Amino acid sequence: MSMSRRTAAWGRILALLLCAGWLAPAGSQEARIQLGTPIDEDQLSGFDLIAAPDGSGMPPGAGTARQGRSVYELNCLRCHAVNGEGVSGNTVIAGGDMRSEESPLRTVGSYWPHASTLFDFIRRAMPADAPKTLSDDEVYQVTAYVLFLNGIVGEDESINSETLTAIAMPNGDGFVDHSHLH
Amino acid sequence: MKELQWEKAAGNGLLNRRHLLQLGLTGLGAAGASAAFGQDAGAILQIPEWSRMPGANASAYGERSRYAGDLQRMAGTPDPIYPGGGSSRTPLQFLQGTITPNALHFERHHAGIPDIDPAGHTLVINGLVRQPLAFSYENLLKYPMVSRINFLECSGNSGALLRGGNADGTAQSLHGLLSCAEWTGVPLSTLLDEAGVSPEARWVAAVGADAASMGRSVPIEKALDDVLVALYQNGEPIRPGQGYPVRLFCPGWEGNISVKWLTQLKLMREPAQFRDETSKYTDTMPDRSSLQFTFPMGVKSLITSPSGRMNLPRPGIYQVTGVAWSGHGAIRRVEVSADGGATWAEAEMQAEPGDKALARFTIPWEWSGGPAVLQSRAADSAGNVQPVRDEVLAARGTISFYHNNCIQSWGVDDGGAISNVYV
Repeated sequence: MSMSRRTAAWGRILALLLCAGWLAPAGSQEARIQLGTPIDEDQLSGFDLIAAPDGSGMPPGAGTARQGRSVYELNCLRCHAVNGEGVSGNTVIAGGDMRSEESPLRTVGSYWPHASTLFDFIRRAMPADAPKTLSDDEVYQVTAYVLFLNGIVGEDESINSETLTAIAMPNGDGFVDHSHLH
Repeated sequence: MKELQWEKAAGNGLLNRRHLLQLGLTGLGAAGASAAFGQDAGAILQIPEWSRMPGANASAYGERSRYAGDLQRMAGTPDPIYPGGGSSRTPLQFLQGTITPNALHFERHHAGIPDIDPAGHTLVINGLVRQPLAFSYENLLKYPMVSRINFLECSGNSGALLRGGNADGTAQSLHGLLSCAEWTGVPLSTLLDEAGVSPEARWVAAVGADAASMGRSVPIEKALDDVLVALYQNGEPIRPGQGYPVRLFCPGWEGNISVKWLTQLKLMREPAQFRDETSKYTDTMPDRSSLQFTFPMGVKSLITSPSGRMNLPRPGIYQVTGVAWSGHGAIRRVEVSADGGATWAEAEMQAEPGDKALARFTIPWEWSGGPAVLQSRAADSAGNVQPVRDEVLAARGTISFYHNNCIQSWGVDDGGAISNVYV
């Protein structure tokens, strides 16, 4: 086939495709690809693990620090040690003082601005060698225990979605949102 | 022999490249010329043995030449306290141009690299949308895609240098959490439009499918601007260490927010306040307030050759080369100093710098054999100029180590040994 005949043949095919609307320009209504499958939020109850400061995404359940001690000893002690004292810099989760003379020790108690983050992080990522193995109640319990170790809640205070998000963390006003500067 | 008149561009031996071109003397390797002919100008050239027999057959998967050196990432020692946590660093001092080969792109993982079968992977968009949607990998591949060449830098890159102390390292060990690639994927805005973003949605919480289900919150303005749901890196499917089968890619922003193994995007009024945007990746200032959501990586540059732990074999002319980048735009200018910042000369860009991409600069330098301090200083299209270390320390102190973009100083001693120095 000569070049000109080949070009003419392709031209006819192209014209046919355009007529059929198969080759409309990208971005136009006709060619818009929509391949997402509709899904209901209730299909995501075991998938969407985001527990936010406003309480959204917090599951039902509750726990106290007294209950959380045994959950902690079984699942957390190896890395976070007795009383949250840790075995290395990043595993210290209790104590610290942002106003100390030397470089401050930043822990859940001294640094973390939101109590919801503790529940969210434990549920999605802890324990590090077996994440997502704790029940929601166990996550509430161990959350309560870590808050208790930091002197933020009492040993028998019930921690649930409402009481947790009502907690004002010691460094809660210590952060400056830099995002608007970009 | 004709006496050469070097045109000085700045103190302690920085030269004018145009003049060198006229003299036909550029192209010397940083570690000294080692071409066969260069060793002995009087040698009689022979046809080499590899030109006298057939070579190897074509191969299914290419390897570097066995003579090209053993280019490796530098991976940290695994820590049982953080299973799968850690990083590996790009050998910047041995690379040229601006594109990082995929096998050498830096990695940072928080709970290891998941072994994801894309047939079982789902990307969900939910929250403040008209219709929550689930996308299969197979379907994501059917969308029109765009490609962007962008750097990626961990916000902890170069962090150790803020605190000072003994930092006798290489460009790789000190700054290797930096790479640059062509990223190809579906604009995030395309998928968000399909789900129908509610007017009250201000943030997109992105979550990965790794063991940590690592999450970060992205402002809606960025999400609708240039963020990609990336599927390919330098032309091939993204590798597992970079987020296979699909990752978020936020051009110019700290690496951690380009969530790998992307499995959920939730539209929210406020940030999710994940661990990795509160406890980590935040910067505590000297007054003990902490900056949160510091997203773009500041304008920065680095001389990659000659650099830390290299040795200059003899006095003479060397090509100083390095990379520059900015999360705020394109590189406009790079200057180089050989006298610790007393005088500066503008380096030549190897190609037109791209937006939020690595740019390669080069400038010839005649090492006298005496002490020198090599530095580079970049400026970007937004008017930012790379600061000296003391400026960064004065502004931010040493409590935090993220987002350090200060000028790197490489000291050359009179024996030619190069090391990190604080000026």
